[in-house]
Amino acid sequence: MFVGIVTGYLCRNRKIRFENRFILTLIWVLLFLLGLEVGRNDNVVRKFASLGLEAAVIALAATLGSILTAKLLWKPLQAPPKGGLKYFFKKNANRKSHLRDLGSL
Amino acid sequence: MKGSLIILSFFATGILLGLFRWIPASWASSNMSFYVLCALMFSVGFSIGHQPDTIKQFRKIHSRVLFLPLTTIVGTFAGVLVVSIFFKHSAAELLAVGSGFGYYSLSGILITQYKGAELGTIALLTNIMREVLTLLFAPLMVRWFGKLAPIAAGGATTMDTTFPIIVRTSGKEFSIVSIYSGFVMDFSVPFLVTLFCCL
Repeated sequence: MFVGIVTGYLCRNRKIRFENRFILTLIWVLLFLLGLEVGRNDNVVRKFASLGLEAAVIALAATLGSILTAKLLWKPLQAPPKGGLKYFFKKNANRKSHLRDLGSL
Repeated sequence: MKGSLIILSFFATGILLGLFRWIPASWASSNMSFYVLCALMFSVGFSIGHQPDTIKQFRKIHSRVLFLPLTTIVGTFAGVLVVSIFFKHSAAELLAVGSGFGYYSLSGILITQYKGAELGTIALLTNIMREVLTLLFAPLMVRWFGKLAPIAAGGATTMDTTFPIIVRTSGKEFSIVSIYSGFVMDFSVPFLVTLFCCL
């Protein structure tokens, strides 16, 4: 991935349009391969129902838990920031432009 | 939505082809998916590096949002602990499963190594489902829980597989938050999974 970042940075002046399509195609191939592995594993196929139920409950609980904490983090951001809130990196940045970013955030 | 269905149909086609042995065994070797994964990471890195503006935007992330990976981890553990009373596996084992944060390939492999195929399979399915839940319900999550919700739900997948849907539902401004969160979560998966497996 770091190699990719460097390569991409070196090529930043060229127009390359295929990359998003390429990424999507790779994701398709990966999920297809994962399906192949699951389908070929008899042990997994046989226990699929009971393991699947346990997995579904855990997945739902994990997702819901993380969403709820994300909401706690998100809620105060919708109100305009008060003076006490600082920005992590740009301490003396142009405040107005940050407010605009926050508005879109 | 159309994109998610296409992705799901590729997974389903893979299951069917594997089930009926229509594809030679060598195709399903984990080596190949590893190389495809490398290619994927390369192109994700390429598309980040290709837009220097994106890297500059890292600095614009609001300090509160920097805590998103932490709240995702805490929320996930809390949810898993609540349901762990219903199952025969120990809380530590299920926390290891939850620590996949949607990164099914790595967590499935790691947990199979430490705890056997059964828990490994649960880890694989749980984390696939987490990703699928994010892909399918991202629009509802944004509406009910705010724009950070699909990024939290996506866990470690938010810089690759669930990235397109997050950008579409939360907005383009969130692409950098999504990549940041996915990046941090990705790094935390091997450490947390190993930690809970050794407990």
